[in-house]
Amino acid sequence: MKGLKRNIDKIKPHFEKGGKLSKLHSVFDGFYTFLFTPNETSRSGVHIHDGNDSKRTMITVVIALLPCCLFGMWNIGLQHFMATGNPDREFFTLFFYGFFAVLPQILTAYIVGLVIEFIVAQMRGHEIQEGFLVSGILIPMICPVDTPCWMLAIAVAFAVIFAKEVFGGTGHNFLNVALVTRAFLFFSYPSKMSGDNVFVKLGGTPAVDSYSGATPLGQLASSTEGAVTITDVIGNPLSCSDIFFGLYPGSWGETSTLCILIGAAILLLTGIANWRIILSALVGGFCMAAVAHNWASPLYPVSYLAPLTQLSLGGFLFAIVFMATDPVTACRTNPGKYIYGFLIGMTAIIIRIYNTGYPEGAMLSVLLMNCFAPLIDYCVVNMNIRRRMRRITVKNQ
Amino acid sequence: MSNIIKIKKGLDIPLKGAADGNITVDNSTVLFGIVPDDFPGYTWKAAVKAGDSVKCGDALLFAKEDARLCLTSPVAGTVSEIHRGERRKIEYVSVNKEGEQTQKDFGSPTDKEGILTKLMNSGLFAMIRQRPFDIVPFIGVTPRDIFVTAFDSAPLAAEMTKADMMSDLEEGLKVLGGLTDGKVYLSVRAGSGIESRYAEVYEFSGPHPAGNAGTQIAAISPVNKGETVWTLDAVTAARIGRLMASGKADYSTSVALTGEDMKEPHIVETTIGASLGTLLDNQLDHSNGKVRVISGNVLTGVRVDWKAGFLRYPYRQITAIDEGDQTDEFMGWASLDPRKYSVSRSFPAFLRGLSKPFHFDARIKGGHRAMIMSGEYDKVFPMDIYPEYLIKAIMAKDIERMEQLGIYEVAPEDFALPEFVDTSKIELQKLVREGLDYLRKETL
Repeated sequence: MKGLKRNIDKIKPHFEKGGKLSKLHSVFDGFYTFLFTPNETSRSGVHIHDGNDSKRTMITVVIALLPCCLFGMWNIGLQHFMATGNPDREFFTLFFYGFFAVLPQILTAYIVGLVIEFIVAQMRGHEIQEGFLVSGILIPMICPVDTPCWMLAIAVAFAVIFAKEVFGGTGHNFLNVALVTRAFLFFSYPSKMSGDNVFVKLGGTPAVDSYSGATPLGQLASSTEGAVTITDVIGNPLSCSDIFFGLYPGSWGETSTLCILIGAAILLLTGIANWRIILSALVGGFCMAAVAHNWASPLYPVSYLAPLTQLSLGGFLFAIVFMATDPVTACRTNPGKYIYGFLIGMTAIIIRIYNTGYPEGAMLSVLLMNCFAPLIDYCVVNMNIRRRMRRITVKNQ
Repeated sequence: MSNIIKIKKGLDIPLKGAADGNITVDNSTVLFGIVPDDFPGYTWKAAVKAGDSVKCGDALLFAKEDARLCLTSPVAGTVSEIHRGERRKIEYVSVNKEGEQTQKDFGSPTDKEGILTKLMNSGLFAMIRQRPFDIVPFIGVTPRDIFVTAFDSAPLAAEMTKADMMSDLEEGLKVLGGLTDGKVYLSVRAGSGIESRYAEVYEFSGPHPAGNAGTQIAAISPVNKGETVWTLDAVTAARIGRLMASGKADYSTSVALTGEDMKEPHIVETTIGASLGTLLDNQLDHSNGKVRVISGNVLTGVRVDWKAGFLRYPYRQITAIDEGDQTDEFMGWASLDPRKYSVSRSFPAFLRGLSKPFHFDARIKGGHRAMIMSGEYDKVFPMDIYPEYLIKAIMAKDIERMEQLGIYEVAPEDFALPEFVDTSKIELQKLVREGLDYLRKETL
């Protein structure tokens, strides 16, 4: 490593101010700090620092996403070969089918997002910030597998520029960047983002006769006869374990409850995600699902789902574990986090059940509560202020 | 029966190099320096010229705002240098210890005004701090209460109180009681058994910052807008007691030499402002490369040049750690090294136990970012204040919001632990100091 460092140090002057490549300073700095932890020592205040930094934090989130990501790739393969009548392929065939299906999307998201980040960092003279490391992998995972790359590129560019950079970059955005991307796609290209034909990659191969590509929530939302049995892509009923493991079509990262729970365990153990948000969102979602289930109506067929099944299906869990806990866009005060999480859980289920136009409500509920998070915090902080003011009044009496 | 307060939020950072029980006496130091920057809130002017001979307790500097307020010479001898920096600002005044150590007699007044003048003349008043603003107290403002801290919970800090200073401390608390209309509070570590007739004693247990005046004030009786309280440590209180009893000021101090790069961490009996060149002669271990010498503890101390620098206020501790600027840590963000300390469980150090001593160097171990993670500061900040919001108000220079969020209750040192744990590596103590100075400039 000493040799590598010596070589990099040798070319470093070119990238500094006045060097011939100074326009690429931020890019160089980004790679340099990626390879070697900066040697900068403290100039003011404390003389020692905790080993944790934002790179570590972001990478841990990416690691927590990996189980969902890898499972999702395998599941794409599984759904494809089930739909086309060859379900008995071996593990790696399924996995690599999915891997190559989503690789272009992952690359597109990262390249578009990071290029914008690099340009903006250079314009501002900042270091590259690693926030997009997480967004870049999240974005393809919450989109249908057949989303065209050019759509993704436009959506990512829109989200990174207008949801993040215009507000000042990582740490200043008030909406979750990945969800803004998803919402942009959802409202601009609805035919490619929902319906029965986007969640299973057929890749030109003809499907078997019994095939239907509808997601479980999609099947329920379009049902007209109240309680229906949800089925997989070839019409077999889905068992509880199928739902828990995630063997059904959907946005490819978010189907497996098991993998999301593994990710949640990593985030909670490392203390990166806030347990208050996850817990209260689960409580909120469960309460709302239970209320709806108790007064189920054929007008709103999704209400027939049992509360626990309701929570395991679709993007609900994924959204509360990986999106609602984004520290920048969530509430920052502890009491606020309880309220924020509860409302996300509740509104996600309300939208899902009572707005039959949208089979899934997690995305919209998190974005909605992102907007309300500052207000919730404002109220919590004002209570603290009022306490302080009361102290003076009590004294002066 | 004293009151017991349990501090729950906080962190004891496990550094290597705690001072052992050995105590040595330093008689070899001849150069002593007083640094006016240690005493914020006043503009200091030189009261002597190089070459003047001074007694122990003679003024070296006086405040432009009130000439009674002095910084005094800790020894008798001749003024060796008035060192000036940019725009002729005085950086330090140094005195060569020479001849017989004659001491200035400050008399024995009994009225409040006389006592205050005596404190100001003797340089002990400058060792008191006031909240708000964390500066040398305003003259003419009677404090609501006075808070005396009898223990230091900072990393590697030594015991502050000794058995032989208890009677002086008691005398000091009695004197302080006459300077306030309210109460004198003495904060001690739980189980220390210290009692007082002249102060209300509170016992504190729990991790650092239990020993910070800010934490103690917040737990006992928080500062409101328009109020002023004084804070000082028990060592200064005992010095005040001794001054009142004898009429002479005592500037001796015991200093804990601590840190991983100190060859033999122990306690030295010396005098305030001692030159580090002699105090640390043959004490530092340079085998790991550059050494950072800090006068004070690793959280709030000042970095000093060990060859030319002096022991700085509050004159109790010196810490030496590796500078670490030559370390090449390859992909440190991916480190699985259990020796890398972090309160975050994303590093495996927690498996090893976070109370065992760890190696630390002065690297900030990351890049500067905007505030990203939430709730990090709250975990180590035991006051009823939202630190993130207060910091943002300071960044925005929004005075009304700063006041509402409790800036009058805090000092930079209260933000030391949040600054340590911050993943965004924001210089919080510097921000708070700037915020307090800005507030003082704009509101007074």
